[in-house]
Amino acid sequence: MEATIGATNVLWQSLGPFFSRGLPETVKITALLLCLGLVLGAVLGFTQVYGRRPFRYACVTYEQIFRGVPPLVMILVFYNGFARSFHIMLPATMSAVLALGLRSAAYQSQIFRGAIQAVPPGQMMAARALGMSKLKAIRYVMLPQAFRLAIPPWSNEYSGVVKDTAFACAIGVAELTRQAQLAMTRVSMVPDIGSRLILPIFLILGMFYLALTYGGNALLGLLERRLRIPGFETKGKVER
Amino acid sequence: MTYFEFAGTVFPRLLRATVITLELTAIGIGSGFVLGLLLALTRVYANRVLSGIANVYIQFFRGTPLVVQALAIYYGFPPYLKTLGIEPFSPLVAACIALGLNSAAYQAEYFRGAIQAISSGQMQAARSMGMSKMQAVRSVILPQALRIVLPSWSNELIYTIQYSSVAYFLTLEELTFASMKIAAKYGRAFESYATAGVIYVVIVLLVSRLLAHAESRLRIPGLCVDDRAR
Amino acid sequence: MAIGTGACLGEVILRVEGLHKRYGKDEVLKGVSLELRRGETKVVIGPSGTGKSTLLRCINQLTVPDKGRVWLGDAEITHARTNINHIRAQVGFVFQDFNLFNHLTALHNVSLGLIKVKKMPKEAALARAHEELARVGLAEKACSYPAELSGGQKQRVSIARALAMDPKLILFDEPTSALDPELIGEVLEVMIGLARGGMTMIVVSHEMGFARAVADKIIFMEGGTILEEGTPTELFTCPRCERTGQFLRKITELYGETSER
Repeated sequence: MEATIGATNVLWQSLGPFFSRGLPETVKITALLLCLGLVLGAVLGFTQVYGRRPFRYACVTYEQIFRGVPPLVMILVFYNGFARSFHIMLPATMSAVLALGLRSAAYQSQIFRGAIQAVPPGQMMAARALGMSKLKAIRYVMLPQAFRLAIPPWSNEYSGVVKDTAFACAIGVAELTRQAQLAMTRVSMVPDIGSRLILPIFLILGMFYLALTYGGNALLGLLERRLRIPGFETKGKVER
Repeated sequence: MTYFEFAGTVFPRLLRATVITLELTAIGIGSGFVLGLLLALTRVYANRVLSGIANVYIQFFRGTPLVVQALAIYYGFPPYLKTLGIEPFSPLVAACIALGLNSAAYQAEYFRGAIQAISSGQMQAARSMGMSKMQAVRSVILPQALRIVLPSWSNELIYTIQYSSVAYFLTLEELTFASMKIAAKYGRAFESYATAGVIYVVIVLLVSRLLAHAESRLRIPGLCVDDRAR
Repeated sequence: MAIGTGACLGEVILRVEGLHKRYGKDEVLKGVSLELRRGETKVVIGPSGTGKSTLLRCINQLTVPDKGRVWLGDAEITHARTNINHIRAQVGFVFQDFNLFNHLTALHNVSLGLIKVKKMPKEAALARAHEELARVGLAEKACSYPAELSGGQKQRVSIARALAMDPKLILFDEPTSALDPELIGEVLEVMIGLARGGMTMIVVSHEMGFARAVADKIIFMEGGTILEEGTPTELFTCPRCERTGQFLRKITELYGETSER
């Protein structure tokens, strides 16, 4: 039927932006926010293990806030909130990266804290007994081991973050889900059958995210295997 | 208007919205519990085919964003359901379905982990007493598994509270959507969102406390996870 | 009969004066003092929980004592201004649970201290590490990771790690207590070799055969103080304290005697 062919054409054309605009944007946001989360999360995690009490409390407070507020609300705060209340106009992408990045930092700080604490205390003792300063001991003995222990939970965090970027479509960031919304609008304009094409659009959108999650996890799994120390097992917890 | 006057004005609306958020959370995690447990039991005890199907479901719903799932359910399915005579979902129903299906996938994995962590000796002991598989699961495995799963389940509850905000995309007036509407109406965007944020944080903290309390009440001395069973 | 290094004992390398340490209500060290000369091997024995390990840890400040002073040669370790890392580089420590660095091969375990603390160039450090591993009989395990080694091998690598730093003395904290019986021998062999070679050592141990073979002095500790110190012959044949005799008899019963080498 002509209508079906026409509709399928529209569907096909709608997919282009998924690859050309949606995918790169999603990848970009994910990468940026993970970096922000990594740097800040490492600082927070370290402070929680080695820092002095007031700093530790500050970190805990930060975590409570950024792990308690939903990602969407955080995004809206940075975009709408800052713009209308403080007249600080942050571009949509930057708002999303900041909001999700600061939130990820809260989760990553927990990952790093856990990894550091999972390294047996005897390791530090042996390093200090050799005459290493605390800093050297941390750098050459504790961190290499903590790093390996952190990979599985970090992999989980990656998966969670990729999916959270979908919330950015609420403020108009041109990432994957937004492309799907646009495609949905276009396709709905096709009479009769148009509305039936909406589901396929979202199924395809889902495939993109599955590819991103699995692809990323596969890469991280590769990294884990490359760095594996024979006999030194890592135990990861299954979290979102 | 000071902040407090503002807060007072919008309070009723926020309260209604919070109730909707809590409803979404309850229905979401509740239905997720039932379906998730079923899926987990299928994964552990059923044959290859059924286990595989359950796995596909779990992988799909864990691997795709909740936003996508909610939009698909709300916009994607109704055109097909019309031919079956089913009315299109209301935003509330669609949100509940999305949250429930999503949560089920995560809970299924937590339950599966907990069940498999219980030493195989427990099942063997139950069966050698003459219990059927189902009896053994009900009376021996699950009581232990459900205690082991509590920490992960608490996590899931907290996630559901926050991710109920996905209903925003379905224009359902839960807390996040309400705060957006209030921001648009009164122009006090930051205060509006911040208030919503505070409400979320308070709910999360209260729930965490409650769950921690429940955990300590339900604890069985000596019930620990036997890693060898994996 | 103790052979040690006989009459040519050198200058005082380690001096401990009045060490006190308390954990909560427990006073674990109640004023311990001792002296160690170059080339001496002293073995510390005593019931569990009498502060033997704590004593060792207080010497290199892994545990900070509440009261008391420690000198390494002329340098006072317990002085506030001392660079403790500098001191620790000269004092070797062998742990009961080895504490080998999990992420490094045996070779790198031994060379890490040389590279990072003594700032040796990598080539020289690795060469030296090879030497030390060969010295403890593990040259062929240079590229193995700790998890791939047996307990006895781990402890020997641990000793090599301490030796590579050219320490003035080595502290051994129950080095064989965590080992399976058949693996104890290989570690004791290395330690006996070190003692006879003139290394200055304090060893906390239950191994009476080892003590009788190489200890210049045996120190008996109980209840946080040193009850008696004397040559193996003195302690075994005519101990001054009743408790010393009791303890030695019980230990010899329980652990038997390893044959003299």
